[in-house]
Formats: sequence, structure tokens, C-alpha cells
Amino acid sequence: MSAPAARRQRPILRMIVGRLGIGVFTLFVISVLIFLAVSLLPGDIAQQVLGQSATPETVAAFRRELGLDQPLIWRYLDWVGGVLSGDFGRSLANGRPVAELLAARLGNTLFLAAYAAVIAVPVAVGLGLLSALWRGSWFDRIANVATLSAISFPEFFIAYILMFWLSVRMGWLPSIADPGASPRLGEMLSRAFLPAITLVLVVTAHMMRMTRAAVVNVLGAPYVTMARLKGVSRWRVVTRHALPNALAPIVNVVALNIAWLITGVVIVEVVFVYPGLGQLMVDSVTNRDIPVVQACALIFAAVYILLNLLADVLAIATNPRLLHPR
Amino acid sequence: MLLNIENLKVEARGEEGWTPILHGVDLKVARGEVVGLIGESGAGKSTLGLAALGFVQGGLRFAGGRVLFDGTDLLQLPERQRRAFRGRRVAYVAQSAAASFNPAWRLLDQFCEGPAIHHTASRAESENFARQLYAAMHLPDPEHFGLRFPHQVSGGQLQRAMVAMAMACKPDLIVFDEPTTALDVTTQIGVLAAIREAVETTGTAAIYITHDLAVVAQMADRIKVMRHGREVEEAPTRQMIGAPKQDYTRSLWAVREFRRPERALPQASAPAISIREVTAGYSTLDVLSDVSFDIPRGATVAVVGESGSGKSTTARVITGLLPPRLGSISLNGTALPPRLAQRTLEQKRAVQMIYQMADTALNPRQTIRQILSRPLQFYLGLTGKARETRLMELMEQIELDPARFLDRLPGELSGGQKQRIGIARALAADPEFIICDEVTSALDQLVAEGILRLLSKVQDETGVSYMFITHDIATVRAIADEVVVMKGGRVMDRGPKPDVLDPPRHDYTRELLASVPQMDPDWLTHRIAEGRVAGDEP
Repeated sequence: MSAPAARRQRPILRMIVGRLGIGVFTLFVISVLIFLAVSLLPGDIAQQVLGQSATPETVAAFRRELGLDQPLIWRYLDWVGGVLSGDFGRSLANGRPVAELLAARLGNTLFLAAYAAVIAVPVAVGLGLLSALWRGSWFDRIANVATLSAISFPEFFIAYILMFWLSVRMGWLPSIADPGASPRLGEMLSRAFLPAITLVLVVTAHMMRMTRAAVVNVLGAPYVTMARLKGVSRWRVVTRHALPNALAPIVNVVALNIAWLITGVVIVEVVFVYPGLGQLMVDSVTNRDIPVVQACALIFAAVYILLNLLADVLAIATNPRLLHPR
Repeated sequence: MLLNIENLKVEARGEEGWTPILHGVDLKVARGEVVGLIGESGAGKSTLGLAALGFVQGGLRFAGGRVLFDGTDLLQLPERQRRAFRGRRVAYVAQSAAASFNPAWRLLDQFCEGPAIHHTASRAESENFARQLYAAMHLPDPEHFGLRFPHQVSGGQLQRAMVAMAMACKPDLIVFDEPTTALDVTTQIGVLAAIREAVETTGTAAIYITHDLAVVAQMADRIKVMRHGREVEEAPTRQMIGAPKQDYTRSLWAVREFRRPERALPQASAPAISIREVTAGYSTLDVLSDVSFDIPRGATVAVVGESGSGKSTTARVITGLLPPRLGSISLNGTALPPRLAQRTLEQKRAVQMIYQMADTALNPRQTIRQILSRPLQFYLGLTGKARETRLMELMEQIELDPARFLDRLPGELSGGQKQRIGIARALAADPEFIICDEVTSALDQLVAEGILRLLSKVQDETGVSYMFITHDIATVRAIADEVVVMKGGRVMDRGPKPDVLDPPRHDYTRELLASVPQMDPDWLTHRIAEGRVAGDEP
């Protein structure tokens, strides 16, 4: 009886460890898939890199250098072993270590994502709460139409419109977001402002609508009526009584959108010439720079898994039944 | 006069505009007085009770009249000023405390919220007051009780915590809206005693809403009977119980007297269902321990007990949804495979079930014809004309007009009609044995009586056997041939109804019977004096 009792005491801890295990396993499966997908690409990489004029001897030598003459499993283990010790290999394009290439770009991407998220999440949740409070009102309808319009336009369109007005016409903000080498924070913030706002406009609708739907759903609960019968104001009912019980779906959507902000913003990066991870990946695919592509794909996968894991844990941790078992 | 509701009209939004649901009702409550409101569901009791807080539920609106609270007409005030009354001067106790406490807040925080927003007491003062009230309500460990979350507390305790919360701002009036309806009888009596003590010691006035006459007789000084949004009659409690004037009020009394005529059971060779030494449960927990009883062919066996006694788990074991750890189930003397998936179509057909909530047991997107045709086709292979004939027979059996009802959706039917469809669906399989799981608990007394009569008639016609799961002793008395009393997953007593109940043979049966409220207005007073009020459930 003692084992189940102990298990009942720490369901949260058990759950987190379980989810972490699943996350690690998923990452492993994905690493296999990435590796297989890349090795199934048509054509011989050595041949491609060296060009048509290369002699068979040089191609064979290059293949040996890349390890392409080894069996698939061996190459996979070699790669994964390297990744686990922090060595992602060397770029085929310029011979620099992949880890070094990635580090700078990843920093930029995370900065932009954080910038956009810090604006978008409070705005979206706030708008969602307000439209739940005043549901059916003009505010509700306008907020809905505005955010839906923003999500319906392609992001490059929004980007160019913003650039045209705020940068070209008014001259308030720079249209090229590349911050250059080691800029100060203030400069980074102003240079990345336009891409960040573009991203905010794209992700707000989804989070806002989920916030509104989740809160409205809870507003029908008897404990909400009870709170009103205690004389609680409507705003307090929404924020203090409904929101804590509606957090799980909201947290999930927020996590998904942040993951997208990190992994899915190639177009915005290209439009604003922002040196992020997405651009690096696209360039590497064009150049057949396989080690970089693999590393990017793995990082994107890890971001998705980690953020979803975090959302799951937060969603379950906001459930008092699990946090405070009987 | 503390509360004076005059000619109150409330309307509901329907498909064709607004329809009235309260047709000009008066209600007066003096300081310190307890007024009982009684009637079937849909009578407008809760709407009237909530009006005392100047509140209407979603989809309703005030359409006339006045709600004078201490001289102020709440209906003339803007929402903001009405809020100052709610919780502070008039408080509300809901039917289901489990649903009405916010699951994300500790009980003490919910208690202190009222005094905080109304600025009637500091946090420390209201925490102290909470502990006093928890102690007065006989809640366990009153010092730390408030630190628990709602899910960590049993139903009866939660209901008492809600009464305590209603008193947090020392209101002049408390509206109790069916506060014990969802509780077991043995738990109910403790909550009733706690409410009465609280009302008496603080001198607060109260409106006590219920559909249970015996309960209101214990609590109220004066009773108002309502029906279809109108007052039927009003009188002081003893006068109302002793000499009701209106036919409708008398009919509320009469329901309790329905008794199926005594009859001789057919002496069959093997019982329809035989449960032998069954132990079953979920994960490591045993919910049933060593349960054995028989259900004779053509008989009705009532299984009584409180929630958690294992009644429904027994049903799950019989139907094969929960394979037992030990023991066996046999049908007509032949052992049934423990798992539903292993049973033959014939074995599945023989055992059918009727559920408590007809609302959720019927697919809302299927017409009655589709709902009833499915078992006819699946079990009996009936199609075309044969199926149509059988559909007509079934509808006649449950006393609903086939022409009117067959092509409707469940949502268009009343609660009692839906339950009749549930019965017809079980009968469609031509079963030998039906499990009735609390089939009348969600229904008003008059409607419930109709269902009980129907089930008795069907049994006389078809010879089907029933296992009748219920927590209501009156239902047991009305319909059962034999009784099984369960508690904590064990059978306490079983046998023919007179042997088990009259007089009660087992101590626990005696406690159950003694906890059922009686019409006598002094019943609760006597129970309390005898010390027969369980302070707390285990």
C-alpha cells in the first residue's frame, strides 16, 4: 500500500518526469526522421558540392572525408553522438563549426520571438478577457473583426504595409532590421520593432479568441453565478473566478504561438533582412549545407517539444485537484 | 417587513419572444422569519428566491412588480448598487455546493471574499469568524478546515461550508435553494440541523426552497406552495401540513402513499440474476467486497444505500462493464462471462439498463424512432413492417402517442417523457432483466410516481425482473418485492421487503429509515433532542 500512497502524494512530479521522458523519446524519433529524410535527398552530396568537373577520385576522397562511405546507422550514431556532446559538425559551405553559426542566429531569433511575445500575449489575453466581459457588445465585435483581419492577411503583406507607412512614409523606424555586430539593447529594440509588430498582428487573433472562448465557457459555471450573488463585480468575476479555471486551454495556445514565433517566421525575417534561424535554414537548404539543415531542424523540433511540454505541465499544474490531492 | 416582493413578473426568452414564467407573485418575509417555498421543478421557486437578491438568471428578465428589501426597491437600482446588497444584506446558498464553490480557490479565501469586497471586516476578523462558524457547523478541524480546496471535502461538509460562507457578512436574509437535495438522507439530517441552528442563533431571516415537503416542514414557519409561476396557497406550517386547502397541495401529499399491491412471486427454478461473492473495484481500491444476492425471476429487487455504497458498481459488474476480481454473475443459472466483449448477443440482449439522467442517456440528434429502432434491429433483426408494428406496441406500452412522439427529438420532450423513452429503449431488446439506476431521482414526485406505476405495469405484462437502484426509501416501499441494503461496498441486509424494513432488522437500516424526514414538523427537533443527528459522515 505504501507505493501507491507515495505515488498519490506527488502526482505532479510523476507527471512531469513522465512527460519529460516522452519528450526525450519524441526528440529521438525526430532525429531519426530528420536524418533519414536528409539522406534520402536525391543526388550525391559530394558530387553536388564539388560540381560536374570533379574527377571521380576527388569525389571519392571527399565522400570519405564526409563519412558518406560508412553505413547509414554508423553515420547516424556518429551524428547523434556529436550532437549530444555539443558538436553539430562543420558547415559544408564555409567550414565553420555549425554550433558557432547557430549560436548567433538562435540568439537573434529568440530575441525577436521574445519581443513579439512580450507584446502579443498580454494584449491577446487582455483583449480576450475584455471581449468575454462585454460579449456581444461592439467592443467584442470590433476586436474580433480586427484580429481576424490581421490573421487573414499574409504576413509579408502586413510587413510591407507597415514598412511602407511607418518607415518609408513617416520615417519613424528603420525598415532593415539587421542590428549589425553587437548593438546596444535600445538599438536592437528599435530595429526589431517592425518585424515584432508584424508578428504580433499575426499571432494575436488565435490567442485572443481562445482566451475569450475558454473564459466564456467557464462563465456558465454555477460558481460564477455564486460569485455574482456574493456581490462580486463583473470584471473581478472574469479575472479572479473564471480565468484561473480557464488557464489550461489558454496556456496551450500561447505555447503553440510562441513555438511558431521561434520556428515559423522565415518570411518576416526575409522581408526585414533579419539574421535569424529561419533564414539560415532556408539558405542552407539552397546550398545543400546538410549539417546546418539537420541542426536547424533538430533545434526547431526541440523548441516545439519543450514548449508543448511546458504548456502541458502548466495546464495540469493549474488544476488544484492535481496540485492538492485529497 | 424585511423583504416585500409585490406582484413580481419575470419573463423568459423563447423562440417566439418573451414568455412569462412568474405571473405576479407576492412574497413577504419578516425579520427572523423562515418562509418555505415548495413546488415542482419549473414552478418558479428558484427564480423567486433569486429575485430577493435582485438577480435573474441568463435568458430571463424582470417584467414588473417590486422587490422591496428593507424599503428599497432593488429592481429600480442600477446593477452596481444591487451588488452592494448581494452577499452583504441577502446571501444565497445553492443546491450543489460542489459546483458552486470555485474549484481553484481555498474555502477560506472564498469565505473571506464577501467581507473583503463589501468592507465589512478585515481579513483577520473574517478568518476568525470563519473558524467560529466552521466549529458551529460541526466541521472537522475548524482551525484548518478553510485551507482545503473544495474537491478535498465531502458533499455534506461542503454544503455546510457554503452555509457558513453565506453568513460571512452577517446578512439579514439568506436564500436556501434546495441545499440538501443532492445529499444522502443520513448526511442531509446533519446539514438540516446545522442550518436550523445557524438560523436560530443568528436570528437571520430565510427563504427555504425545496421540493421535499417533509424537509420544508422542519425548517419553515410559513409555507408557500407554487405551481407554474403562480402561488397555489400559503399558510403557517402546521396549518399547511394538517389541512391543505388546495387540491394540488393535497396531491403533493398523496404521492408518498403510492404502494404497489402485494403479490405472490412466481416460484421459478433459477433466479434471473445471481450474484455470488463478487469483489470488484478500480485500480487498487475495492469498491465491492463479497457481495452476494439473487434477483428472482419476475421480481423487483431494490438496492438501497448512500452514495459510495457500491450500488452503481454492482450494476457495472452485472452488465460486464467492470469485470469482478473475484466471484461470478449468472443469468438463469448459467454463468455470464465477466467481460461485456466476451458475451454473446443473446446474453447482452437479456440484460438492459435504464439510466438516471434520461437527458444524457438519449442521443440528442436522433429522433425517438431512430433511438428505439436501433435495439429492435440490432438484437432482434426487425426491419420494415415488423419493426414499425413493434414500435407502435412499445409506444403504447409506455403510454405515449406514437403519431405525436416518434419523429421528435429528445430535446422536445419533458423529463418524464424522456424517461419513458429510456424505458421503451430497454424494453425494445425484449430483455429478461433490467437495471434501473436511480431512474426517478431526477424527476418531480408526481412524474416519478407515473414512472413507478409504468414500471410495475410493464413487469406484470412481461414478467421482466428489475434491479432497482435507489437511495430513496419511499421509492423502495412503493415498488420493491425484496430489498438489499448496502453500505461501503458490502451487503448489510437482504430479504423480502417486510422482513428488512418493517421493522428494520439491521442497525444500519434503522439509521437510514430514521434519517428520512417525516411530515411531522417536530421530527427534526426530536431527532436533535435524541442526539440522532450524525455530526459528520466518515
